[in-house]
Formats: sequence, C-alpha cells, structure tokens
Amino acid sequence: MSGIKNTHKISAFDVIKIRNDFPVLNQKINGKPLIYFDNAATTQKPRVVIDTINKLHSEHNSNVHRGIHYLSEQMTKMYESARKKVQDYLNARYSHEIIFTAGTTASINAVAYSFGEAYIKENDEIIVSEMEHHSNIVPWQMMCKRKGANLRVIPINDKGELLLDEYKKLINSITKLVAIVHVSNSLGTINPVKEIVTIAHENNIPVLIDGAQAIQHEKIDVQDIDCDFYAFSGHKIYGPTGIGVLYGKERWLNEMPPYQGGGDMIDRVSFEHTTYDDLPAKFEAGTPNYIGAIGLGTALDYLAGIGLDNIQNYEKKLLEYGTAKLMTLNGLRLYGTAENKTCIFSFLLDNIPPYDAGIILDKMSIAVRTGHHCTQPLWDHYKLEGSIRASLAFYNTLEEIDSLYEALKKIQKMFK
Amino acid sequence: MTIQEIQEEIINEFKYLDQWEDKYSYLIKLGKTLSPMDSEYLKKDYLVKDCQLTTWLHSTFEEGRVFYEIDSTSVIIKGAANLLIRILSGRKPEDIINADLYFIDKTGLRESCAPGRIGDLLKLIDKMKRDANPYVYKTEAVERKQIM
Repeated sequence: MSGIKNTHKISAFDVIKIRNDFPVLNQKINGKPLIYFDNAATTQKPRVVIDTINKLHSEHNSNVHRGIHYLSEQMTKMYESARKKVQDYLNARYSHEIIFTAGTTASINAVAYSFGEAYIKENDEIIVSEMEHHSNIVPWQMMCKRKGANLRVIPINDKGELLLDEYKKLINSITKLVAIVHVSNSLGTINPVKEIVTIAHENNIPVLIDGAQAIQHEKIDVQDIDCDFYAFSGHKIYGPTGIGVLYGKERWLNEMPPYQGGGDMIDRVSFEHTTYDDLPAKFEAGTPNYIGAIGLGTALDYLAGIGLDNIQNYEKKLLEYGTAKLMTLNGLRLYGTAENKTCIFSFLLDNIPPYDAGIILDKMSIAVRTGHHCTQPLWDHYKLEGSIRASLAFYNTLEEIDSLYEALKKIQKMFK
Repeated sequence: MTIQEIQEEIINEFKYLDQWEDKYSYLIKLGKTLSPMDSEYLKKDYLVKDCQLTTWLHSTFEEGRVFYEIDSTSVIIKGAANLLIRILSGRKPEDIINADLYFIDKTGLRESCAPGRIGDLLKLIDKMKRDANPYVYKTEAVERKQIM
C-alpha cells in the first residue's frame, strides 16, 4: 500500500485503488513515500502490463511473421492484435496505417527522412513551432540540411500559446509540411491541432503531430483531427519503453520510400533489384519490438477499463487544485498558463536554481525534472535555462500536491 | 593551517548539523558567499566534464602554489566548492594531488547527498587534482632555481 490517505474524495474515480495497480508507486525514497511527479519523462506501468511482458518472455517468446510453428503464430497474432488496438485507440481508418516504431523520436525521424526523400526540394519550407521538443526540431533540421530546405518557426506568446495569426503568415507556396506538438512537454499547452490541420490542408500542406504528451491525456481521433501523421511513445502511456507508433495516412505511407531496409519489409530481394512489402511491413524493417507492442496494447486495454473521460476529469481536478495551490506561494513563477493545458506545472521559485530545488525535492522523495526538458528554443523565448517541472498523471493525488507545496515552502526557507 | 587542520575545522562546523536539511542549509549559505567567477572562464574549456550540474573550474599557478576559482549553476555545489577552495587553494601542487579529503565522510556529506551529487563533487575534486599535476614540474623548477 502507498500509505497515502485520500482525504479529498473524488467520486467515480478511486485513485487509491488505481495506485495499487502500479507497484513502483508503493515504495519509500529517503524514508518517505515516493511522490512521482515526472510523468512527462516517463509514466509508470500497471501490474497487468508488467505481468504481460513477463509472461510473453517466459512462455510465448518467438519472432513474429517468420515462423510456421505454434509459438510464432501465436506471437504474430498477439502482435497484430496490438496493432488493431492502437488503430481503435486512434480511430485510424486502417490497421496498416499503424506502424510500430521505437518511439516518437524514431517515428518523426522516419517521416523526416522518407517524406524528405519523396517530396522536399531545395528552398522548400517546413513549419515547426517555438515550443517543440528537440525530437520535432532536429530531424527536420537534418532533413533541411540534406535537401537545402528551410525551417520556419511559429512563435508563441508568454502564456505558451501558439500565435495562429503568425502561423497563417508563414504558409506559402513552398511550404511542404507542418510539424507540430499536440501537448507541450514543458508547458502543458494543448495546441488546437484540428484548427492547425485545417489551415494547412486549405493550402494542401500535410501535417505531422507529435502526440507524445497528448496520447495519455487526450482523446485522439486521427480521422477527426485529419492529421497526416501522428507519433507517440508507448512508455508515455503506461506501456513499455522501446515501442512507439507512427500513424500515417495510407496515401503518404504508400508514396514515401521506406526509412530503413532489412528483413521483413521486403517482397523480393536480389542484387539487381529489391521490391518492398506492403504496409505496414514496408516501414517495419527487422525484428520489431513485438513484446513491447503487445505490452502497449495491454496498457491501452487498462486505460479503456478506467475510461479516458474519468481520467480527464480527474486530471482536470489535479490541474485546478495544483494551480490554485502553487499560485499562493510568493515568489513562484508559473510558466505555461495557456487556457487549455494538461497537468504540467513548470515553474521557478525565487532565484533558487532549478537543479538545487530538484535536489532538495528528491531528498523529500518528490521526483520532478529540472532543466530545459529538451525544449531549449522554448526557454530561449523566456530567456531562461529551464524550469522545475512537476508533471502529473491519474495516479497522483491532491495530497501529493499538498506535499509539493510544503516542500517548496521549506526550500524557500533554506535559501533565505 | 595544514590541509588536515582545515578539514578538522570544517568537521567541527558540521558537528551539530545532524539533519540533512541543516547540512544543505549550511552548504547553501557557503555557496552564496562564494565569489562569482570572471565570465571569461564561464566557458566550455573550463567545464568540469560529466558533471550533471554545470560547474566551471579555473586554476592558476603563482610562486609554487595552485589557486582555484569555481563557479556552478548550483548553489549547493558552490557551497561544497567553497569548502574545497578553503582546503586546497593556495597549496603546493603535490600537497593537492596527495590530499586525503576525508571531510566528505566525517561531515556526513557523503551520507546526506544523493550519489549523483557526490559524484559531481568527486569529479570536481578529480579535476582540481589533475589541474595541479602539470604544476608539479613548475614547482620543482622554481625550487631548483631557488637552490641555485
């Protein structure tokens, strides 16, 4: 048991019961119950996901797509079932539009390379935003360098919201793609991706969405959003590390060349000429992380059992409570105050270096992240090196927020 | 005072700081009093490599002794740096290289700090000693000259 008492009752959502599903949460660090506020870095895994992975390793392990024996057929069935689960979760039209990758970074790199090879010419432009994670900047920079293309950047306001009027001004006849983050990992801002896609599509420009921080908090309907690509990582949505998803509209994935070559993505290989397999195999070279994929599917099943609406309602209460509580601290400056945001608190406290605050919070068994959070251009906007970031999930509690508040008061006192 | 005497003084300062909060508060106080380094040395060349907390070290050699300036993005590391400068700055290079810095254990700092922070501190000490190494030959040259 975690030892946390839920004195703030929230009906229709038993957070104590949920916490018991996550073994990592039931431990003490430095003699105190762990308060895990680093969910934007990675989420914890429910017992059912851990048990699934253990069982796959110990009872079912076999490579997929390559064997006619029982174990291989069973594993292939489970792997493809996981693909179907992801398709359903994203409401993708076809399961072959779901490509399993190593994660969001791998997904974006795949599109940057393949889309670049297929469509990008010298002087073409790619639009990103000021709040992007490095994984949605650097692959495009690398592609632009290779192709002689240019990156254009949508600015933000100080609340951490995209300036959509400025975005519209950036679009022109040589814009070839918009790559945008759905939810900022540093600020929690939820971007109006549907509107962004609509504006791009009016100009026949495809859109890639980095969904790494949205997938676990928002209902994602790729057909409704109408994005051309959507990328996310399994470990951000209570699944294992080393697995991610690239959703791509069939049209683009068929037209784009493969990103990596090797086994399983081929139809026929000879030294004279090689042809490629159909989707999704074309973009899944080599042995996939089949156990990771099945683990991800299990995580999605787990979330469906709780209900995303319930998760969203509870996380909204955490956000409201946390914001109100932290804003009572004199000397705390909150970054990321968009009207629409997830439960991420990015802040500075007086002139206390973020790292020092993080060190002391760790001594009090509160796990946060400090620094630039892989969004250096974003912090350049604020003329800062970074922040202290507490990123919450549906297994965190209001009492834990209280503990953070008390810890920050103590830190202020130590630095006076 | 010798290196050992200064360390004993420091150990005595920490004598009544039983709780980790008290030790950290004292390091913070010391860190705030450390003079900032000239911005000329807040550069890549002077970074203590592989430190999680950005820390710079600049050493100079005058009249057979090594002098240190240290700066960091962490006030806590600056506090520890304040102690290290007190112990090692202005010493002969061979004394620095051979110094047994037992105060880290005797003050309870190793026990109170997370392994990562102690790791950063040890990397800083290692760089201070490595920086002193080339000056050993200069000291020998100075002493030979004095004899002659």
